[in-house]
Amino acid sequence: MKLRRLLAVSRKEIVQVLRDSRSLLIVLLMPLMLMTVLGYGVNLDTKHIKVWAFDREGSPASQDLLRRFQASIYFDLVRSASDYRTLTDALDDGRCQLAIIVPHDFSARLRDGRAVTIQTLVDGSDSNTAQLAIGYAQGVLSGYGSAVQAEFIRASGGPAIMPALSVEARTWFNEELESKNFIVPGVAAVVMAVVGTLLTSLTIAREWERGTMEQLISTPVTALEIILGKLVPYFALGMFDTAVCAAIAVFWFEVPFRGELATLVIGSGLFMTVILGLGFWISVLTKNQLAASQIGLVAAFLPSMLLSGFTFPIEQMPLGVQTFTYLVAARYYVVILKSVFLRGTGIGALAWPALALSIYTLIIVALARRSFHKSLE
Amino acid sequence: MLERLRQMLTKEFIHLFRDKRMRFSLVVPPLLQMLIFGYAATYEVKRISTAVLDFDHSQESREFLDRFRASNRFEIREIVHQQSEIPALIDHRRVVLVLQIQPGFAGLLRKGQTAPVQAVLDGTDSNTSLIAIGYINQIAARYAQDYQLEHAERLRPSLAQFAPRIQLEERPWYNPNLESRWFFVPGVIGTLLLTTVIMLTAFAVVREREIGTLEQLMVTPIRPAELIIGKTVPFMLIGLGDVFLVTMLGVLWFQVPFRGNPLVLLLGTILFLLSALGIGLLISTACTTQQQAFSITFFSVTPAIMLGGFGFPIASMPKMLQWFTYLDPLRFYLVVLRSVFLKGAGLSVLWPELLALTILGTSALTIATLRFHKTLD
Repeated sequence: MKLRRLLAVSRKEIVQVLRDSRSLLIVLLMPLMLMTVLGYGVNLDTKHIKVWAFDREGSPASQDLLRRFQASIYFDLVRSASDYRTLTDALDDGRCQLAIIVPHDFSARLRDGRAVTIQTLVDGSDSNTAQLAIGYAQGVLSGYGSAVQAEFIRASGGPAIMPALSVEARTWFNEELESKNFIVPGVAAVVMAVVGTLLTSLTIAREWERGTMEQLISTPVTALEIILGKLVPYFALGMFDTAVCAAIAVFWFEVPFRGELATLVIGSGLFMTVILGLGFWISVLTKNQLAASQIGLVAAFLPSMLLSGFTFPIEQMPLGVQTFTYLVAARYYVVILKSVFLRGTGIGALAWPALALSIYTLIIVALARRSFHKSLE
Repeated sequence: MLERLRQMLTKEFIHLFRDKRMRFSLVVPPLLQMLIFGYAATYEVKRISTAVLDFDHSQESREFLDRFRASNRFEIREIVHQQSEIPALIDHRRVVLVLQIQPGFAGLLRKGQTAPVQAVLDGTDSNTSLIAIGYINQIAARYAQDYQLEHAERLRPSLAQFAPRIQLEERPWYNPNLESRWFFVPGVIGTLLLTTVIMLTAFAVVREREIGTLEQLMVTPIRPAELIIGKTVPFMLIGLGDVFLVTMLGVLWFQVPFRGNPLVLLLGTILFLLSALGIGLLISTACTTQQQAFSITFFSVTPAIMLGGFGFPIASMPKMLQWFTYLDPLRFYLVVLRSVFLKGAGLSVLWPELLALTILGTSALTIATLRFHKTLD
């Protein structure tokens, strides 16, 4: 391997990148776009759930209960329905997410000390919102239940006590539980997957399509020199994008940065190499831009988005899928990113993900090189 | 005219299916996407890894913690005895929650006062923490209510018999077990269709421009309208084929119910495809290379997916972004998909969405056709 030849390949590649100003602009705007969309658009903390009530009794007691729902920041008590049919229609067309049905003997049952069941119908088609809505409704109802019980016990001359539990939640690393702190650090992994694998594999697939790759091969440049030489400019672009991502995260979204810069640089460098190697490998295997883009999406973009722990927690996946995520390079990088931003863990604690990425790098470059050799024969 | 169109369509189909790799990338990536999403995308929070630290060692504290043991939402993995053990547990991601009960817990409850329960959470994944806090609050409220009653009963046994109890009976409609999969699987059909069709359409035109065959086509007697039809109809058919394939996978493999009328879905899909084809053509008029086409596709598809309500509720987004989503055809198509799959909704409920899709689709196609004419001249 000669450095001079490697640099010559890189220089050619850089000229090509710079000449296509539109693509270059897109690469530079990519982190901005993804950051905006994900940083502002991703919020799972549901408030203002649309509630409809069907109060079959209409007594002061039932109104009191409904007022408690109204007072909760999670619910918007939109309308009261006068029959069951109206409720089901509202659920069907999505005007209502949670329906509360107060039974006709609500206050009578409370007075007699019988059990009262408040039925709620929830639109389960958005399962996450439904889950949160049920939890909040249960909270409102428990509060009301305790108050009613205490009142009853007091009225019948019992011990006038109202024991309660207050949950003091202290959240570490993300004190306000803001979705943006959870999402924004991971965006760099997705940006790199797109720049690294997709754009790179397309550029190289184009050379195969046009036959210029064969021309390059007929020169004295070796396979490894071609691979590395072509990847150097994209490596620089990817690292630049990571820097942009980190800057936007810290200065615009005000995500804390508690770790060391060196950890971020090393981790990003390793991940970038893996993802570039993958892109090169795909281009050698497909030699067709459309096919490369389709396979790149499935092999790089989706895994970094879904199987990396970026948006969906890995611990909640089925065991088989959890095992599979160990093969996803982005998984290790997302751990590094979240640690560097939120946890402030040093490079020592991240040795294991960094090692995994290094092994990954070696394997992928070896695979790319082998397929490259093969495709020449 | 029909003869020319037939020839044109034959040519397009040959282009698409002649290459083995191309055939592969038309069928396998959509199926893989569905599998990845079906298994990985979940908001359900179960088996929250928990450590407990009980300083009170009372009957009350044990009873309270036993309720967490009994719940399948929590999994108590560690029992710690000192506060100093907590940081290491959370730092090394052994647990995400530590429940801590201070001395005097039982004493406060017996006096009818409010007893604190401390929950230390790893907030890096804000959604999981949020749901966990909800569950903790539910268990705490329920416990307090039961304790109150038991306490009163011990002092005056006659009381408990008549004390009112209020319980919530939740009935999630359309998705009784609130499975995330039922929410995501119909959604994947929409995102897949959008990505595949836009990219195929844009690439098909740009590819011909890139290798110069578009000029060759121009000198044949083919008319621009025929060219556009020839460049869109095959992808419409492929899109419909993909929808069929992925729907089958969702229904047969993931067991997501399909309760509506397939014809309503077909109508919605065709209307949605108008937009996708229009956007694809529009992109093709703005690009000279496939790489540019890919970048611009990515730039338009990603916000469309993120803001369309695919994974994150639109109602929780900032108002500005919410307005923007009305331009997103995917937003409306996702409602159609989920309503047809889960709610079994028909035209009487879905007409506003279908109307919106028609408007967006015809506008996109009209603008694209006008621009397409221009780029040909």
